[in-house]
Amino acid sequence: MNFKHKYMFLLPGLLVLLGILIFPIGFTVRLSLSSWDSFFPGLDFIGLENYVRLFTDDARFWESFQRLSFLSITTVFLQYILGFSLALMVWKDIVFQRFFRVLFLIPMMTTPVIMTVIWKTVFHESLGPVNDFFSLFGMTPLWLSSEGLSKVTVIIVEVWQWTPFMFLLLLAGLLSLPKEPFLAASIDGAGPIRKFVYVTFPLMAPISIGAIIIRLIEASKIMDTVYVLTSGGPGTSSETSSFYIFIKGLREFQFGYSAALSLTYLIIMIISLTVIAKMLVKLMIRS
Amino acid sequence: MNKTIRISTMVVTASLLAATAQADKWSDQFPHIKNTGDVAGECSYESMSKKDYSGQKLTINTHAVPVIGEPTALHAQQFSKLTGAEVNVIHTPAGDLYSKAMIPFQAGQAPYDIVFGFSNFIRDWKQYLQPVPAKYVNMPQMQDVTQSHIDVNSWDGEMIQFPIDGDRHYLKYRKDVIDNPEYQAKYKAETGNELRIPRTWKEYAEMATFFNGWDWDNDGELEYGSAEVMKKDDLMFAAFFSRSVAYAKNPRVPGGYFFDLETMEPLINGPGFVEALTDWVEATKYVPPGGINFGLGDEINSFGGGQTLFSFSWDDAFVAAMQDDSPIKNKVGVAPLPGSDRVWNRSNKSWDMEYNQAPYIVWGWTAAVAKASKKHDMAFDYLCFFANDANHQADIAIGRFGVNPFKKSDFDADIYIERQGWDPIIANQYADTLMEMEEGSTNRVFPLRVPGVFQFNSAIATGTSKALAGQLSPQEALDEVAAEWKKIVKRIGADTVREAYSVGVALEDNL
Repeated sequence: MNFKHKYMFLLPGLLVLLGILIFPIGFTVRLSLSSWDSFFPGLDFIGLENYVRLFTDDARFWESFQRLSFLSITTVFLQYILGFSLALMVWKDIVFQRFFRVLFLIPMMTTPVIMTVIWKTVFHESLGPVNDFFSLFGMTPLWLSSEGLSKVTVIIVEVWQWTPFMFLLLLAGLLSLPKEPFLAASIDGAGPIRKFVYVTFPLMAPISIGAIIIRLIEASKIMDTVYVLTSGGPGTSSETSSFYIFIKGLREFQFGYSAALSLTYLIIMIISLTVIAKMLVKLMIRS
Repeated sequence: MNKTIRISTMVVTASLLAATAQADKWSDQFPHIKNTGDVAGECSYESMSKKDYSGQKLTINTHAVPVIGEPTALHAQQFSKLTGAEVNVIHTPAGDLYSKAMIPFQAGQAPYDIVFGFSNFIRDWKQYLQPVPAKYVNMPQMQDVTQSHIDVNSWDGEMIQFPIDGDRHYLKYRKDVIDNPEYQAKYKAETGNELRIPRTWKEYAEMATFFNGWDWDNDGELEYGSAEVMKKDDLMFAAFFSRSVAYAKNPRVPGGYFFDLETMEPLINGPGFVEALTDWVEATKYVPPGGINFGLGDEINSFGGGQTLFSFSWDDAFVAAMQDDSPIKNKVGVAPLPGSDRVWNRSNKSWDMEYNQAPYIVWGWTAAVAKASKKHDMAFDYLCFFANDANHQADIAIGRFGVNPFKKSDFDADIYIERQGWDPIIANQYADTLMEMEEGSTNRVFPLRVPGVFQFNSAIATGTSKALAGQLSPQEALDEVAAEWKKIVKRIGADTVREAYSVGVALEDNL
């Protein structure tokens, strides 16, 4: 086959890659160097002005990033604990095993925005059933309108929605584990806890790291839950980076600036997740 | 009510009643107008039936169902049946209406022939919109629109948007409570003050606090003082301006309410606005649990469902309360927004110690034709048909439609008494209050309509939300907003913002 023919076969894939990945990123980079907004539409060139503004005059973005870090690490940690527990529960032969496996997946299969609207109704402070229950004890927790509890509510909804994803990955991992180490441990007289600590958990470490990283990537984009539940409020107490970028881009129509925010956020996330992945490998595999 | 208004009201009312009295072939085909039948005019059912738009397609971007989205779709269906046009209606959430139109506008495309949105988008959108042709501006149907709503839909004297809705913020209250002699005596005994329609925000706060957290209508549920739009980014900036107009709009100080028109310095952190925000922070104590997270829908459901004594914002909560299925139908009243016992005078930097009240002619729904559209005639005919007298009268009776009075003939109490079963006292109070705001006051505040309006409003929402949440004091929060506004003005250009702002200031200063 001619040398050129080989590249002809690669061309469709390369064009698709160029169209859906390279061009949008390149355009976003160019956009971030412009002042495009509702009043100045177009790609003028303002150099690094948007980045200077971001690093010197936008505390709100960095606050939202801290909040995002807290929310995503907390939710993924809880999802991992719960997902692993549920996976262990239905890993072995139990009654109605198939039923439970499907049941645990249902939250993930629902539409996030619709479910969040339902959760918002459930947590509605004066009309929702959760506070109907708490009022029996003379309490009215402000699930959506207190600075602290609004974050807890976001965490509850996120954990409910996405624990099944963690469960699915970890169950798949458990089902693929070799039987021999467990047989050896049994012969050595190891009980369930020792088997988990010395066999199951170490064998699951690579899969766990993959699952945690995938979920961290997803959780770092948390937007719809915040948008529907609290709109980032009260004040800015539940505002995350992606929601802030959404406000700047699609509410305030500051396209140039929101492009700079997006790229900065992307770079920070790539660096953070690389560091986290290395730390997890060190912590869960090498130790 | 001046003579001209009275005469035009009588003429239109007479024509509506005359139409009702006649057998009408159109109301048989279109039950939506069963109360009035077709009403003669340039865009009536009869007139539209003579147009032929067969084989042509009209695309409309409108709000989600039901508010405005439902009447848009209904009138599209009717228009299609009458003219043969194919009408494609796309529904979009409120928060995305601006960007969904703006992106193709800026790209020079015309995916929508008609765009629905809020009237305060006008400065950012106007260069992409086709001005309303003279034949529509001069027709009798348009002559019935109040001057305030002609102004809201116009830019520098040219009508850019087509009036389809009218909006202003006013006070809604539980009439059965405020007029209750037993509660009046109890309130007097405990506070030393009269229980009456609040004239000031301080009175509003005192009454709302008094009626907060107990079952004053004996329905077995707790009731609260006030339902307000306090949720960040959910129109809360408009609620804040409603609370601040009394303290900050001084009729003797022309030249700007939001900015000093000469210097373009923001006035938003002045003592009047700070006083209003201080009141609003106090209000978090007399709203229902979670009231700090109430959006407009929550406010409508809360007051309309009988949960609170007071509410203020658009018509919707009142209309919801007066619908047949409401538990508080004919138990609610309306009044102008409360005023204040003092108003800030920025000229001499002191408080003028006198009563002040200012109507807030807030922005509302509007629609316009894209300049890049190739179907201007059909598009304007659709909008004209949407707002024709028969459709309009039917639409304002349906709370969920979001269409509210904006024609002089709408301020006739008989319409509400005869067609909607309102108590005559309440109907008259409603008509008089709205008419006074529209045509009576000379101390009105119009919405901010400048380039980048969303940036200014977003800054207000963020700042006031921080104050309501206790993250910042009212002064700190508004200082932060003022600093943000200065940056926005600097980015867009002070002269550009001033040029646009002067159009609104001219309306406020009655020039």
